[in-house]
Amino acid sequence: MDVPGSADQLQRLPKSPTGISGFDELTGGGLPQGRPTLVCGPAGCGKTLFAMEFLVRGITEFDEPGVFIAFEESEGDLVVNVASLGFDLPRLQEEGVLVLDHITVAPAETEETGDWGLDGLLLRLGAAIDEVGARRIVIDTLETLFSGFADSARLRVELRRLFAWLKDRGVTAVITAERGDGTLTRHGIEEYVSDCVVVLDHRVTDQNSIRRLRVLKYRGSLHGTNEYPFLISESGLSVMPITSLGLQHTVSDERMSTGVPRLDLMLGDGGFYRGSTVLISGTAGTGKSTLAAQFCDATCSRGERAVYFAFEESAAEILRNMATVGIDLHRWVDAGLLEFRCFRPSLLGLEAHLFAMQRAVTEFDPAVVVMDPVSDFLRVGTGADVAAMLTRQVDFLKSRGVTALFTRLSSDTDPANAEQQLTSLVDTWLLVKHQEGNGEHNRLLYVRKSRGMAHSNQIREFLLTAQGIELADVYVGPQGVLTGSARQAQEAAERADGTARLEDLAQRAVELERHREAVQQQTARLWRDFDDEAAIVARLRSEGDTGDEDRADQRAAQGLLRGAATPVSDAPATAPAPASPAPDPGPAAPVTP
Amino acid sequence: MTGPADRPPAVDTAPDAVPDPGGDAADDADFWHLRLYVAGQSPRSLSAYSNLSALCEQHLAGRYAIEVIDLEQQPSLARTDDILAVPTLVRRLPAPLRRIIGDLSDADRVRIGLRLQPPASG
Repeated sequence: MDVPGSADQLQRLPKSPTGISGFDELTGGGLPQGRPTLVCGPAGCGKTLFAMEFLVRGITEFDEPGVFIAFEESEGDLVVNVASLGFDLPRLQEEGVLVLDHITVAPAETEETGDWGLDGLLLRLGAAIDEVGARRIVIDTLETLFSGFADSARLRVELRRLFAWLKDRGVTAVITAERGDGTLTRHGIEEYVSDCVVVLDHRVTDQNSIRRLRVLKYRGSLHGTNEYPFLISESGLSVMPITSLGLQHTVSDERMSTGVPRLDLMLGDGGFYRGSTVLISGTAGTGKSTLAAQFCDATCSRGERAVYFAFEESAAEILRNMATVGIDLHRWVDAGLLEFRCFRPSLLGLEAHLFAMQRAVTEFDPAVVVMDPVSDFLRVGTGADVAAMLTRQVDFLKSRGVTALFTRLSSDTDPANAEQQLTSLVDTWLLVKHQEGNGEHNRLLYVRKSRGMAHSNQIREFLLTAQGIELADVYVGPQGVLTGSARQAQEAAERADGTARLEDLAQRAVELERHREAVQQQTARLWRDFDDEAAIVARLRSEGDTGDEDRADQRAAQGLLRGAATPVSDAPATAPAPASPAPDPGPAAPVTP
Repeated sequence: MTGPADRPPAVDTAPDAVPDPGGDAADDADFWHLRLYVAGQSPRSLSAYSNLSALCEQHLAGRYAIEVIDLEQQPSLARTDDILAVPTLVRRLPAPLRRIIGDLSDADRVRIGLRLQPPASG
């Protein structure tokens, strides 16, 4: 962005703040002090109002008396015209801080013979400036003079003198001029004003008129060079460059329930952050409005206020439709907690909408604002215009700590790409999708993005029930994502399958236990046989032997075999019986290859 | 143009130095009341006055009054009388009001502007 945010530290040119909302941010402080500024544009673009606001705000806010020289409108007309902006010119005149002077240029009764000068005008301006000690002067449509004098070469010389004189007087001047054919001004007076040129425009695009302002030139100062939309409202002009509101909102850790408990869980247990901006996008009929309504319902049930800006449905339609899914918004409207503002976007220009919405928010002071759907604004402006307007709306709402929920109708094809401009703005982005199959379509919801939250990555099936919104797990398996009846069937199948497997397992356990018993019995029998055999072998060996020692040995061995506790007195057993082999199946008998 | 040699300092004493408007022969429709707005003693002012005087003497001898108003002395009159350019000559009488701006150096155009009859009458 080329709007100089910190231009104040850099620029040394003294400036006169205009008090026009947004303009001073754009120019880093206002118009060049003590110098003339040219404000030009076509008829009806707001030149006179710009100039008048500069003058009146100068008086009321910056304590700089002013002079308004009107070539076009009479004093009476001027007073009436700006009264709608809340400017009370007669009072300022009485207080001696404002001079209104209507100068008529009447060519019909004037003949020119020879040399002349505009001293009369200069003396007249000088007298007016001295009368109130003016620091600011407006000359509204100076070029009217060209209709009054035949000798335009002489007039140009005199105009140059006029501008030099204004600079000498050190008054901050605003000169307005009508746009010419292919030129900035009809008579090229921009050549005399070299310090600052502001161009206003009023264009109709797709049957919608948008006013725009551009600082064409600002000698010795940084300034925003873009065209900025501006608005004429009941409180004067409002130029709102995107960055004018800055990013200095205070943030809240507080969560606000979405009204859907499982959605709160998906958002890391709690819901949206208070003061955050939420976008719900999806194709037609995915339940975006219902989610919005549910959020309003949750908000109002906490006793907080919500404003619902609807651009497609009337309030009555929304109330009826939401009642069918169990969301009773009627009670909140009756309780004064919920307000519907329903209008078609094509009714007004973007700027006017923005202003109307901001005023509604200021008046109603809600905790939640719903705009359903913001994509409708694309009928009024281009994507970039809408994004700029929404940025300002977001900034405005954030600065007030209002939680905003926008819905957006997206196309099926590549919704992610088409929405980039908007999605970078929002803090939380919920995506609702359609899934078709098995002769039905089902809704899927997931959290595409959520700043500052440990949000779920799961896709949930989104169900509109008679009791509101419910979220269900989807089945993700070898057959892909299953929703709707396919999910239910799968769940049932899984349940059945699970039971069967459990039964099978139990059966197998029983069988295994049986097997173990069989093995134990068998082992025991084998050992018994072995013992018997060993005993026989021992007996045979002792009978075959001669000598007492041997016999004694044998007795001892036999004793051991039988587990005799009495020690054999003769001698320690030298021949351990091969009985009871250690039940040690470990690394027995290393095999040598 | 810058040589008002004929009547140099006449302008200083100008306001109402010449016969009273509404004086002796004033009331008839043939009396001319002219007002000349100037800004200071600029060469332009001086030449305008001398040009005007010469013309009046030639055509309206005895039945005219020239009132000179110096806006530098009375700047508020610029507003009340709606004067932008100087010098401005205003024919207040006979009606209707007519205005001529410039130093009046082009006598023919001044005659046309003031609707003066050609001097043939005399």
